[in-house]
Amino acid sequence: MTYVITAPCVADYSCVEVCPVDCISPEPDDSDFQDAEQMYINPEICIDCAACVDACPVLAIYEDVDLPKRWQHYARINRNYFTNKNRTGGVE
Amino acid sequence: MKGKTLRIAVVGSGPAGMYAIEHLLKEPLNIEIDLYERLPTPWGLVRYGVAPDHPEKKLIIDRAFNYYLAHPKVRFIGNLEIGKDIDHTQLSEWYSAVIYAVGATEDKSINIPGESLPGSWAAREFVAWYNGHPDFSHLEFDLSCERAVVVGNGNVALDVARILTMSPEQLAKTDISQNALEALKRSKIREVVILGRSNLVKAAFHNPELEELACLDGVDIVLDKEQLPKKNNLNSALDWKTKRKILTLNHLAKDNLKEKNRKIIFRFMSSPIELIGSNKLERLVVAKNQIDFDEEGRSIVRPTEESYQLETGILFRAIGYRGIPLPGLPFNKSKGVIENIKGRVSDQGELFPGTYVTGWIKNGPRGIIGTNKLCARDTVRCLLQDAKDGKLSSNTASHDEVLTEVKKRKATIVEYANWLNVERTEIAAGSKIGRPRLKLTKLDDLLEAAGV
Repeated sequence: MTYVITAPCVADYSCVEVCPVDCISPEPDDSDFQDAEQMYINPEICIDCAACVDACPVLAIYEDVDLPKRWQHYARINRNYFTNKNRTGGVE
Repeated sequence: MKGKTLRIAVVGSGPAGMYAIEHLLKEPLNIEIDLYERLPTPWGLVRYGVAPDHPEKKLIIDRAFNYYLAHPKVRFIGNLEIGKDIDHTQLSEWYSAVIYAVGATEDKSINIPGESLPGSWAAREFVAWYNGHPDFSHLEFDLSCERAVVVGNGNVALDVARILTMSPEQLAKTDISQNALEALKRSKIREVVILGRSNLVKAAFHNPELEELACLDGVDIVLDKEQLPKKNNLNSALDWKTKRKILTLNHLAKDNLKEKNRKIIFRFMSSPIELIGSNKLERLVVAKNQIDFDEEGRSIVRPTEESYQLETGILFRAIGYRGIPLPGLPFNKSKGVIENIKGRVSDQGELFPGTYVTGWIKNGPRGIIGTNKLCARDTVRCLLQDAKDGKLSSNTASHDEVLTEVKKRKATIVEYANWLNVERTEIAAGSKIGRPRLKLTKLDDLLEAAGV
């Protein structure tokens, strides 16, 4: 189980500020934040605390099992962001 | 920091201004903030830019921005334009610091013959119109032709294409202006061609916006798949976001098109070079582009000799916004921003004490709503450092003095309570006809509802 950030995300990064395990990227001072399309949750690190859900000003965060149908694929997208980042050492 | 009250003016109540206030309120400061807004309504591009079919993004108003607007340390002064009703010199005398968050209110032009023909619009005008902006609600878009063309392929281009092809039933569920809804119901537009000057790899639209096109009822996405890299041969040098776009477009582009469906057609490597028409736009000439490399190996897009014509009666230029000068402040014409060093307004290295910028007027139009939060954090950090270093004037006008002076200059200012009257009026009118909100789109109507 993990939480997943979906399409409405506006990169407000309030989620990053409350996450107790720093599992949300990009962080505001990361080089790829300026061109970020959205934020992503690392499912390998997320501890399901749900702090980000309430912090999100646009309610873009869902538990993976509760994802609305049209945003089902965002579980994969959040995961892929990190697999790709780890492989290339940065998402640019 | 204790002691004398820090009195701050924020100019502009879009995301840039609201995030500046968020960061100021986070500090344990003795502070008073006056928020100036040119329009009677707050929220800038969240109200007048975000597409009406993106209600989720507008939740940021209720879940964040409204908290700052209603905060006891914040006073809203709407329907008052800085640089016109009150100038910068006056403002800087009244406050310890002024933060300009006025955004980018003009658009880039494409500089081709025929650009000013009737029927050739800035996408910005169309967006402001369908969102009920009082300065644009009087515009009349002729939607009687079958093909519309959008130049540029960022998120605004996709917004325009979506609104033009979406069914009136879908649109009616949104807070789109009533005027625009009626005009779009009568629209004869069957297809929207999106012209991108470079290839898909350079396309500026974002993945969530692209993927959303799959949710349009009765709309086919058309693309010459030759324009896409082969699915099983994705260049590993391509970044992840681009690969995601390629896979999405492959999935979206239909082979068997339905005659009855409206169409959104992507054409990459294409630039308009001339708009033609006797007294209004009738067709445009499109050049096919190619990618060359300069001496340093950087890619440059150039038109080839090959071109073709497209018949159309309406075209939207969506190639970017730009800021406009504010009287009394130094302006960088080429970048379209107020001159600044990390948010401190500066003319050739000489700082304007207590004067700051944030958002698009500081960095140019880039990023999304939240990008402005980081930008505001950095500007506010500079301001707080200057306060700490004693660089801000404490010889300010009082809270009440400012309001008295402001009212002498403009009788019809809109304060927070007045804005709430507008808010209630719009929501009540919307609920009567099953819509989330019925926006008031004329200045007089807004002021009447506000009760000023």
